[in-house]
This record gives sequence, C-alpha cells and structure tokens, in this order.
Amino acid sequence: MTNSTTPLPRLYPGMNLGETDPDTHEAAEELVFGFWVFLMSDAVLFALLFAVYETMVNSTAGGPGAAQLFHLKPTLIETLVLLASSFTFGMASLIMKFKQHVVLLQIALIGTLILGVSFLGFEISDFAKLTRQGAVPQLSGFLSSFYVLVSTHFLHVLSGCIWILVMLIQLSVFGLDETVKTRLLRLGIFWHFLDIVWIFIFTFVYLLGLL
Amino acid sequence: MISNSYWNPWFGKLTLNAIPTDSLVAMGAASIAVLGAVGTIVLITVFGKWRYLWSEWATSVDHKRIGIMYVVLSLVMLSRAVIEAIVIRLQQAVSVNHSGFLAPEHFGQLFTTHGTIMIFFMIMPFLTGLINYVVPLQIGARDVAFPVLNSISLFLTAAGAFLIMASLVLAPFSTGGWTGYPPFTGIEFNPGVGVNYWIWSVSLASIGSTLTGINLIVTIYKKRAPGMRLMFMPLFTWTSLCVAIMMIFAMPPLTVATALLALDRYLGMHFFTSGAGGNMMNYINLFWEFGHPEVYIIVLPAFGVFSEVFATFSAKALYGYTSLIVATMAIAVLSFTVWVHHFFTMGQSANINAAFGIATMLIGIPTGVKIYDWMLTMYRGRVRFTSPLLWAIAFLVTFVIGGLTGILLSVPPIDFMVHNTTFLIAHFHNVIIPGSLFGMIAGYQYWFPKAFGYRLDERWGRIAFVCWTAGFYLAFMPLYVLGLKGMPRRSVETFQSSFEPWLLVAAVGSLLIAGGLISLGIQLYVSIRQRDRARVAAGDPWDGRNLEWSTSAPPPEYNFAVLPHIEGRYPFYQMKKLGHAYPQQKTYQPIKMPKNSGLGPTIGVASAALCFGLVWYIWWLAIVGTAVIIAAIIVRSFNRNTMRVISVEDIEHTEARWHAILAAAVPVSRDQENVPANVGLAEFMS
Repeated sequence: MTNSTTPLPRLYPGMNLGETDPDTHEAAEELVFGFWVFLMSDAVLFALLFAVYETMVNSTAGGPGAAQLFHLKPTLIETLVLLASSFTFGMASLIMKFKQHVVLLQIALIGTLILGVSFLGFEISDFAKLTRQGAVPQLSGFLSSFYVLVSTHFLHVLSGCIWILVMLIQLSVFGLDETVKTRLLRLGIFWHFLDIVWIFIFTFVYLLGLL
Repeated sequence: MISNSYWNPWFGKLTLNAIPTDSLVAMGAASIAVLGAVGTIVLITVFGKWRYLWSEWATSVDHKRIGIMYVVLSLVMLSRAVIEAIVIRLQQAVSVNHSGFLAPEHFGQLFTTHGTIMIFFMIMPFLTGLINYVVPLQIGARDVAFPVLNSISLFLTAAGAFLIMASLVLAPFSTGGWTGYPPFTGIEFNPGVGVNYWIWSVSLASIGSTLTGINLIVTIYKKRAPGMRLMFMPLFTWTSLCVAIMMIFAMPPLTVATALLALDRYLGMHFFTSGAGGNMMNYINLFWEFGHPEVYIIVLPAFGVFSEVFATFSAKALYGYTSLIVATMAIAVLSFTVWVHHFFTMGQSANINAAFGIATMLIGIPTGVKIYDWMLTMYRGRVRFTSPLLWAIAFLVTFVIGGLTGILLSVPPIDFMVHNTTFLIAHFHNVIIPGSLFGMIAGYQYWFPKAFGYRLDERWGRIAFVCWTAGFYLAFMPLYVLGLKGMPRRSVETFQSSFEPWLLVAAVGSLLIAGGLISLGIQLYVSIRQRDRARVAAGDPWDGRNLEWSTSAPPPEYNFAVLPHIEGRYPFYQMKKLGHAYPQQKTYQPIKMPKNSGLGPTIGVASAALCFGLVWYIWWLAIVGTAVIIAAIIVRSFNRNTMRVISVEDIEHTEARWHAILAAAVPVSRDQENVPANVGLAEFMS
C-alpha cells in the first residue's frame, strides 16, 4: 500500500482523508466530485435568485424598501451564529479525520445543529417581525424576491439540519465507517457552501440595502 | 366549467367537470389515454408480468435497462405529440375563412402540449436513454457513477409525463405555449389549473435532467476504463459530456422560472405580474437562459450519433476528430451567450440586439466545421447506405437549410419582419427535426442490435426514412412561405385565401410523417417477429470501431468481464486490427454490482402525487407526497446492503456461452451486413 510518509494526492477540493484513511479517500473521490457538481448547479440557482433580486430591488410599488425594513443587529447576529456553526463543523471534520472519535464528533455536530437551529429561529423571528409591519411577500416585487432568496437559503439550512440529525443517528448505529465518513464529507461541503451563500446575502441584501 | 371559488378538502378543485365531455376530439383523446392505460394494465395482468416488470425493470438500476425505459417513454410520448401535430396541421388547413373543427381553447392546449411533450418528454428522454445505454459501454465502465440516482431521474421524468397524460382526462392543460410566458400564464389571466399542469410537469422533467447531468459528468470524468484519456473518447461520449455540463448550468434557470411563476400563482407574489413591481421580462430572460442552451442540449447528442454513424458506415476514422471536439465545446459555450435572440422585439436597445445577433451568427462557424468534417469522413470511404446512414445524410442536407434560415433570423431587422410568424416555426422544426430527432432515430437503428441482439428490419427502416424525410419537407417548407406572407404562428383561424394551398400541402406532409411513425412501429413489429433471422449475438453487426461493439449483444449485466485497457482512439478497431478483439480470459474476478432499488419508483409515484395534488389544490395529497419522498430518502440512507456480487462461476458461464457463439460465427464482410448471415462478427477489412 501507500507509504505513510508520502501523502496521497488530493482527489477533490476541500478536506481530503488521504493521510488517515486511504480507503475512504479512494471511495470518496466520485461521491465528493459529484457533490461538487451538484453544488455548482445549486450555485447557479442562487446566482439567478440574486440576479432577480437585484433587478427588483427598487420595485417596491410604493411600499417599504430595504432601508426602511432591514436592521443590522439581528442580521449580524444571524451571520455570527452561522459562521460559528461553520467553525464547529470544521472542528467536527478535523475530529473525523484525525481523532476518529465518535462521541467527540457527535458533540461537535450537536453544537453545529444547535447553532443551525438558532439561525433558523432568528430568521423566523425576523420574518415574523416583517410580517407584523405589513411587509409580506405579496406586497411588492421587491419583497417577493427578498423573501424567496432568503427563504431558499433558509430551506437549504433546514435540510442541512435534518441531514445532521440523520448523521448523528447513523454515527450511533454504524459508527465511523466509510459510508458515514463520505456522507459527513459531503455534508461539510454543503454546510460551508450555505455559509458562503449567506455571506453574499448579508452583503448584497442587508449591507447594501442599509447603505 | 369549474367555478374558481369551488374547493373541497378531499378533491381540491377537481370535479367531474374536469372530464372534457364538451368536445368530441378531446373526449376521443381522453378515451384513447384511458383505454391505453387500462389495456396495458389488463395485458400485464393477463400475462402475469407484474412481478417481472417490477423486479427486472422498474427497480433495476442497470444503466442499460434505464436507457431502454427512457427510450420507450420517449416513443410513447412521440406518438401522442405527432398525432397532436397532425390535428394542428389539419385544423389550420381547414380553417381559412372558416372556424375549423377545434375550439380556440382546445387548439391552444394542443400546441402547448405538442411543444412541451416534444421537448421535455420526447427528445430529452430519448437522448438521455441513448446516452445512458451507450456511454458506459463506450468508456469501458460497468455502470454510471450513481445508479440509483439514475433510476430516480428516470422516474421523475416519467412522473412529469404522467401529469401530461393525466391532463388529457382531467383537463385542461395550459394554453400558454411551451414557453409559458406570463402575464398570460399568471393567475390573473389564467385562473384555471391548466398552467399548473404545465409548471409541475416541466419542473419534474427539469429536476430529473439536472440529476442526469450530475450523474453523467461524474461517470465520464471518473469511470473511464484504464488508459482512456479524454482525447481517446468516442465523439458520442464527448457530446454527452458537453450536454451533461450544459444540463448543470441550463436546467436551474428553468427550475427558477417555473418555481417563481408558481409562487406568483399560488401565493400571490409579484415576480412576473403586470402590477405591484412585477417584471415579466425576468421570466423571459430566465426561460431563454435555459431555452437556448436547451436547443444544443438536444442537438449535440444527435451530432454525437451522426459522428459515430458517419465513421462506421464509411469504414473510416472520423475526419477531424479534434476539430469536432473543439467545435462541440465552442457550441456549448456560445449557446449560453445568445439567449436574447429569442426576443429581439421586446425592447432592448439596438446595440444589445446587435451583440446577441453577432454571437448567434458565430455559432454557425463551429457547426459548419462539423458539417465539413462529416462530409470529409464519407469522402473516399467505403460508404454503405444502411438505414442509420440514410438518416445522417438527410440530416446533413436538411440541417444546413435550417441553419441558414437561422442565420437569417439572427439579423435583428429580418427578425423584426418575420418574428411570431410561421417562418420561425419552419426554422426551428427545420433544425430540431433533422438535427435532433433524425439523430435519435439513427441512434435507435444503430444501437438497437446491441441492445436487443437482433437487427431492425432494413426495408421498413427505409420506408420510414422516406416518409419522414419527404413528410418533413412537405410539412415545413410551406411554413417558410406562409411566414413570409405574414401568417402568425399558433393561429386557430386565418382569413387569407392565399394561405390555403400551402396549408394543405403542409397537412399532407404531416400525414406522411404519421406514415413514417407508423412505419417505425411496423419495423419494430416485423423485426421482433423475424428476430431469429437477424440475430447478431456476437455483438458487432456494423463492423464498429468503439468499445460498445466489443461486447456480446445484448451485453451482460456487468458489461465487461475484465475492464479493457485503452491505448488509443477507436479501441475496438485497434483490437480487431491486431487480432485480439475477443480475448479469452483464464481467470475472472467476482464483480460487485449495485442491487435493485425501489427508491426510484417510490420517488416517482410520490412526486407524481405531490404534483397532481399541487395542480388541483389537493393539499393533503401534496403533503403526503412530500413526506413519502423525504422518508424514502432517509430510510434508504440506512440501508447498508446495497451491493451484490456476481460470482466467478456466473461470469465464466456467461462468457463461455458468448465465446461459443463467437467461435461458431462466420465473419461477414461489411457489404453483407443486412443479410441473415451477419451474426455480429465482422470480417477485418483494414
């Protein structure tokens, strides 16, 4: 087999497991590459929603615009929470790669899950506040595009949370085997991708809207 | 008609009024759909084939079976869409200064379903089926990268097709054309369920194609046999790769467009409405950011088929292999830069139109390169005019005419004169029918012996070819004239007597095309009946050059008992040249293959239920469908027992049987490929 002093080639962008688990590393090649391709189509989807938002940002139809509706504080908190969840997921990935310790890994994932769910909670309360002010998606093209862009990200994070939950159970049932590892690799890429998308939302929707 | 406020918690807006009893033609179509479905179910039950269909086909994750199911779905939908085309042509032929036999609403549904089916449920499944069947064989792989995902893609597409078929019985379908432009398709002007049918059937097809694209990219990049470099790949695999990449980038815009339209309709949002800040140009841009690349998604696989066919039936290596690949890639990239030419008249500045017009003309360059490459492939070749090559030659001539009218349309001032006329209809049928459908039929005739182990009947193949080609010219050349005379597309009734003779010729042409379709059916029937005289079990009936011909016909489940080692282009030709085309292996290794899975059919049925529920506002059904999809995926993720092993004895047995056939086979020369003596072993003739 491979000499442990020479690292295996990186087979895909992101964290590779070659140094600690060559077999899973091989098995992950097609799966992770396929997932990157999926994310590429997902990125196109978000790009289009951003484009639609940008073309409609002034289509307020006499209703409130971004400057009247958005507040920096809650969105900054959401951003920090999501960034923190990316950090905890990063820890989880490192534990999976180097410590290979199921319970530690589960703790890191539970931390990520709590942060993810809090992010969702903050967003729901944001939406509720907007709704109470009468700023519903039916009011104007601007609000339609705002709600759809942000809630598409919301739905992605929600599916990420369900995925984490499923993986927590699978870790208990199957331990840290090859299948669980390759799934966690993909979940990690997914989670960080959502973080990046959120940074774009934070910048282009909230920061530029409040400018 | 149903009143808009009516809603029932169990059936949503669905009532018995949905059955189109008010129109004889619609009722006839509904009866055919119901009788067809009931007849199929009865026949399957009488012959006791349910278990066989479930365990051998529906749950199969074998790329070859999935490919065949795609093509079957496509042929069923082709039959319906051709009948609709004939009804459209007949209506227009008899409706000069006369109201004809169709109500305007019904006519609107017909051209909408015709277009929607032909694009999303005929040509897309056809090309996906061919790619599925052939590409893993051509690259020396045992299956695609994600076999279960492949099955899910198939059943998502089938669920979309089911919705369109259901709309025949529980009418109406959309009247908004295959492009579904708002605000006409918005809730304000179209409060019925018709547009809902269109939105959800197209969305299902779109998601299915996105998943197919992912699967194909990974398959082609990661699963090639050892030694097969990218520049060794057969042209069909190359065009498939380009198509897969285009699917990844071009399908999401469609998904976004239909999803946002749905949000407008269901939740009262204002993306594309005419008031409250809506902007329908966003829809039109999104749709054509999908729509134009889509043209090349459906044309490039046919280019791949033709590249194989020209080389094989000219007994020559492809002329300009590298230039064909560069041209394919250039087309794929350029196809994303021209979408505005679908709406030159919608108010952009002249400069924008000029830029997109020039980009459009540029596509003619790589396409021209390909045409010359194919002609030069035939030049000084030993050309045999067997069916697949006939389609290819008809394509070559006809497609150039369509391409030239495309260049005309790319000039904005000319487009302003003929836009929205039948000139446009003539143009795009003139590129898509030869450029895509002929390619698919050629591929079907070419690879059928590989998939089923016997050749298709050549005589009926030729009759079908003559009917299709002559029918095409008769049906569509008059539309150029009519377009120049100013006849608007999609007219249910016209008031210009000079249109009549041209419309009559076009109607005759459409009947001839119907004859072509029937001939294809007869060809299949005759070939099945006489299959014992056309067996090619040895696997190489056309003296092929690529790896798919190096296996038995039909190939074993695992495709290759031992993965071949590739050293150059046209690997099978090289093997035959060096005299080791059919190596006898002393020992085999057990082969791991994926087990059958019910996940694909489950998701297909659940998503059909989900979308049917959404169409008719039956919320409980939509919720159940969604829940089943999520649950099925999670349950599947706990299944660790997804692979099975084919034992060495089984492989030895299968391979020994094939080698016995090979040993008994007498090689035939290429000129004898259509006689019974051709059992699939080609004589080597340099």
